[in-house]
Amino acid sequence: MVITIRPLLAAVLLAGVPSAIEGAAPPATEEASDDPMGEAMDSPMGNQMGNQMGGDAAIGDRPLTQQEISFFENRIRPVLVAQCYGCHSAKATRVRGNLLLDTNEGMLKGGDIGPAVIPGDLDESLLIEAIRYGNPDLEMPPKAKLPPEVIQDFERWVSMGAPDPRVVHAGTIDAAGPEITNYAMDIEKGRRFWAYTPPVKPATPTVASAALGPWPLVELDRFTLASMEAKGATPADDADRRTWLRRVTFDLTGLPPTPQETESFERDNAPGAHERAVDRLLASNAFGERWGRHWLDVARYAESSGKESNVIYPHAWRYRDYVIDAFNADKPFDQFVREQIAGDLLRAENANDRAENLIATAYLAIGPKSHSAQNPRQFAFDVADEQIDAVSQGFLGVTVACARCHDHKFDPIPQKDYYAIAGIFLSTTTAFGTERSPGNRHAAPIVELPRDAAVSDGPTMPAARRSLVASAAERLKREAEEEAEKIKESKERGDNQSLFRIRQQRDQALVLETILERFADDGSPTAMNRVTMGVLESDRIVDAPVLTRGEVDKAGERVPRGFVQVLTDGTAPKIASGSGRLELAEWIASPTNPLTGRVWANRVWLHLFGRGIVPTPDNFGNSGVPPTDQRLLDHLATRLVELRWSTKALIREIVLSHTYRLASTESAASSKADPENTTFWRYPSRRLDAEVIRDSMLFAAGILDRTRPDGSQVNFAEGAIRGPTQQLLAGIDAPSNVRSVYLPIVRDQIPESLEVFDFAEPAFVTGDRAETNVPTQALFLMNSPEVLRASDAFAARLLASDGSDSERIMLAFRLTLGRKPSASEISASRDFLKDFVKANANGAPTGERSGSEGNGRRGRLRERAREQNLQRNSGRSEIAPTGEKAAWSAFCQALYQSAEFRSID
Amino acid sequence: MDLCNHRLPIAVTRREMLRTLGCGFGYLAFAGLANSAWSQETPSDPLAPKAPHFAARAKRVIFLCMAGGPSHVDTFDYKPKLVTDDGKSFGKGFRAGAKLLASPWKFKQHGKSGLWISDLFPEVAKHADDLCLCRGMKTDVPAHAQATTKLHTGSFQFVRPSMGAWSLYGLGTMNKNLPGFVTIDPDRGNGGAQNYGSAFLPALYQGVPVRAGAKGGGGQGQRRGQQQEDPIENINNDRYGEKAQREQLDLLQRLNKEHLRHAKDDTSTRNAVEGVIESYELAFRMQAEVPDLLDFADESKATLESYGIGDGDDRFARQCLLARRFSEAGVRFVEVSQGGWDTHRNLRDDLTKQCTKVDRPIAALLGDLKRRGMLKDTLVVWGGEFGRTPYAQNGDGRDHNNKGFTTWMAGGGVKGGLSYGSTDDYGIESVDGIMDIHDWHATILHILGLNHEKLTFNHAGRDFRLTDVKGNVHSEILA
Repeated sequence: MVITIRPLLAAVLLAGVPSAIEGAAPPATEEASDDPMGEAMDSPMGNQMGNQMGGDAAIGDRPLTQQEISFFENRIRPVLVAQCYGCHSAKATRVRGNLLLDTNEGMLKGGDIGPAVIPGDLDESLLIEAIRYGNPDLEMPPKAKLPPEVIQDFERWVSMGAPDPRVVHAGTIDAAGPEITNYAMDIEKGRRFWAYTPPVKPATPTVASAALGPWPLVELDRFTLASMEAKGATPADDADRRTWLRRVTFDLTGLPPTPQETESFERDNAPGAHERAVDRLLASNAFGERWGRHWLDVARYAESSGKESNVIYPHAWRYRDYVIDAFNADKPFDQFVREQIAGDLLRAENANDRAENLIATAYLAIGPKSHSAQNPRQFAFDVADEQIDAVSQGFLGVTVACARCHDHKFDPIPQKDYYAIAGIFLSTTTAFGTERSPGNRHAAPIVELPRDAAVSDGPTMPAARRSLVASAAERLKREAEEEAEKIKESKERGDNQSLFRIRQQRDQALVLETILERFADDGSPTAMNRVTMGVLESDRIVDAPVLTRGEVDKAGERVPRGFVQVLTDGTAPKIASGSGRLELAEWIASPTNPLTGRVWANRVWLHLFGRGIVPTPDNFGNSGVPPTDQRLLDHLATRLVELRWSTKALIREIVLSHTYRLASTESAASSKADPENTTFWRYPSRRLDAEVIRDSMLFAAGILDRTRPDGSQVNFAEGAIRGPTQQLLAGIDAPSNVRSVYLPIVRDQIPESLEVFDFAEPAFVTGDRAETNVPTQALFLMNSPEVLRASDAFAARLLASDGSDSERIMLAFRLTLGRKPSASEISASRDFLKDFVKANANGAPTGERSGSEGNGRRGRLRERAREQNLQRNSGRSEIAPTGEKAAWSAFCQALYQSAEFRSID
Repeated sequence: MDLCNHRLPIAVTRREMLRTLGCGFGYLAFAGLANSAWSQETPSDPLAPKAPHFAARAKRVIFLCMAGGPSHVDTFDYKPKLVTDDGKSFGKGFRAGAKLLASPWKFKQHGKSGLWISDLFPEVAKHADDLCLCRGMKTDVPAHAQATTKLHTGSFQFVRPSMGAWSLYGLGTMNKNLPGFVTIDPDRGNGGAQNYGSAFLPALYQGVPVRAGAKGGGGQGQRRGQQQEDPIENINNDRYGEKAQREQLDLLQRLNKEHLRHAKDDTSTRNAVEGVIESYELAFRMQAEVPDLLDFADESKATLESYGIGDGDDRFARQCLLARRFSEAGVRFVEVSQGGWDTHRNLRDDLTKQCTKVDRPIAALLGDLKRRGMLKDTLVVWGGEFGRTPYAQNGDGRDHNNKGFTTWMAGGGVKGGLSYGSTDDYGIESVDGIMDIHDWHATILHILGLNHEKLTFNHAGRDFRLTDVKGNVHSEILA
């Protein structure tokens, strides 16, 4: 079959893919890349794509060979781009000598003095003459002669017949850059890419390491061991029991084990101790709170729209609870997928199931939105785009949204496929349930929950707060009426400004009244609060037009609603009637979908090992990183289906594996054989997530509130955060002891304790959080009132316990680090308790000012800051401890700050 | 030019690298706190200074963000025809009947270059020969929120990193004791944190908000009734003095070193622990350095007076002096915000007040930078999200105008005394030297030595740029 790929694309795919992975410049914009292209070609992906993409370039009648294309792409094009295009391309500000070297045609035609290249003829090719620097009147590039090996490459290339895969006609390179359209992609060949081929259960490898004895504990261990053997690595020793329990407890529940749990596990030598521990953890409600939060990262969960208006989503919390409950109930993952994409279209057994199904679809409604957008069509396409992005990256690990403006540059996803899916979402009503108001031009319905469903009505609003809202609404209405009256009396046409203000006041009053409807006078939630964000079928079923360059006013042909062709193996499910959302859900949740199982199994692995088998969990496409061990991944993916999509069962197998039991210690030989630890020959230690750090602090202090709060504080608000709603949200950052997963997540107002430790930015699907270590984290742990408060509580807990100071110190270490302190640590701690009291005596700064620091000004500033803060805090009920209490608090805080506290080994 | 500078290792090792960030700082002596350069370049440290793609004209940026949309036709875009056609009906569609409004202020030529600047900016006008007016600006949407996020991030449709974050990502920072991107009193609305956010770039590139009005802010203390806040989040400890806190840190570091001892030759654990150790020392140094920077006691009386500090509402003056101090201390990108330019009505009074507020501090900043030899490698950028209509609104006001407006640049290798680009006779639409926001960003990055097409970050399957797939460098304004 003839492939007509625009060669520019081929260049991107050939040269660009590997470099793109590494974050280098996109060659799509015709940039020189000093990536070693030769190496790029050696990578499996380079070859794969190379074979896949041919091009209709030819020498005579003969199509170019792969070698010829690579030679051009690796040796010739980069030099042309870097050295010549500045003056000899369609993009040059001024084209010199009328010579264009950015197309094959331009080269052959040449410039003012004749053809630049005559294939096969070294002596007559002016380009060769110029770069040889033999003719003083014709020396190119003008600044400096090219290195001899580059000149040789050009000579060789011309001798080869100047094979050139670029067949773009002069002048057609779009000034805007990488807008590549109208090429056919070879979807058929694209299906052969590893990720687009359904996983087949791999044969269990035989492992040679008999010396290890019965090392594999579960089947997956044979896969990891085989990879280790292949690389010449040997598995590390087992972690000690204490370390394993701490690891698995954090991983499964997001909390540390209690000292009692650690002790009893260390003592439990009966067979099945590990299994018992894991089963206990899986049965705990904390499991859903931990794993639900992992999914909320993917679901870009938040309780407001973000973007410029940041409109409140007061009902988003129902989705949060749905996700947590789904993990605790071990809802089969395929069902979890179906419900979130098409819950409204699923048959439900009863009202409770129906309510659950409806809430699940909030996945599609909670994304970031630009509520102030003026153009409703633009808004509709943007919402659909966000949904496509969330569904394709979240469930499938493909970046379909890249194909909004042009065909996907790395994956065989034509723009048409994008609009086929866009049609599904444009035929869907997204019920994000906001009123038109200042900052929000887009009202939307909300989904009512079945009356007889056993769902929470939501939180109870403090009555005082409700009456404040009521009086604010009254005031706004009154002011609007007065102003309107004034205009009427004066018989003058009000100027735009005052009319606008009246409308704003009315709108804002309306928004506040929505809150009043949802909460009765006494603050208890009304039936009006029994609603959820979600989606419903639209009355108007449409096919979307392909938008040229993604611009809403450039509609082209309409494409029938459908799916991503490259993933459908040619047998796309038929969309009979309706939006097609149900079919989309069924197709994604199908065991034959090549990606769904793999993507989820990879996410599970990632949260247990800190790194995915595919290190780019939201991108399994050509621009993602290929799996470090595809057999292992496919084993897990097929195993997941065998286990009836049970996430708990999959997790159980993994954490009971020998691979998961390994210590994190390095060994010189294995480090040399597999320095990146891609075979997991040792357990990769990592930093705790933001939530775990905060929860563990409260846990050690004994003040963590394990009960789920009813709803969310955000439920009491409505409207755009700019303006009066700001006040409605006041207090959401008040000290709270609930688990972090229940803290209000308002976009751009993420609780500091979470944000500072790399919380997932809810503007994006986030499969893998960053793990930074920056001074703002240190400042937070040193100075934030939140940490000081937890330290005080921790100190109070210690001081309330019976025993000597040494025993208290021991308890503190066990509660924070899960181990006993060493003798030297005990003595260091005891010394500290003494010394700190002295250092902190008399409020300290007076002594300091004249003291060692030698900078009076700084001391003065600190002093002033302290005074001001003391004044500020004087109204607070909590008074900063002094003397011994302060020393114990500072000691507890130091434990919170320690590197060991924040790491899982 | 080296692309490697902008390449983060693949995901497998990116985590490792980010985790160990901080350890790259090494055990540097605590001496030389102010203005200290990196003593050793550690390529694995994402904040270490990086070579630009090509020779940079400026090392740092001070962006004076004039939020609300300053009127160009009353300040820097002289329109004689607007004067002669004052009061004439203009426009069609819903604008039909709008009347042209001559600028109530006189324009004069200034400096050797003879730049036309209105009487609203008498002090800034004295620097005319340093100013490069970009009078052909345009943006997409005449709405504050969208235009503001567009101005900062290049996009209002999507959440994208701000230009400060991109600059820091591209060039690293020059002072390890301070954040590399600082935004002084940022606007909470119109995109809020998004305007200094890092979006998909690693979080360490995001702007750190500094509250100029907070304690220590210029020795002026706190205005009454205002909530007392730290100038930088958690930069002060409410409770313990420096000595007590050092005591606590010493215990912490003993615990950490004990941990390090146990880690033996486990390099990844060692790196992580060393990173933690260093991050506390750095934080401790920041605690010391930031109050110093915020304290103007070492500024001469003449300097303070030149900015207008201590003279009435001096918030913006203090911001400008802070901007200089941060720049001097090695901060890569400083943004200063001044709202209040949204003059739909009371143009005569409000714009006068507004310009009076900023004129002297800006002029002082330019003069101060010049005296210190910093103007040549500091790019000062002045501008808002859009301009205003030449026709009247509410009699004495002007509406939003996204189709034509003016920003200006000074220093950092731009041509001084240049008026580049223009709007039509009335100042409605840009007709020449048209610079949209992508062009503007491309040009600013270019001045910093960064090729806007090469400054990329791979996210969600593709390489992103500040300029999306657009942007042209306007080399005409480069000296």
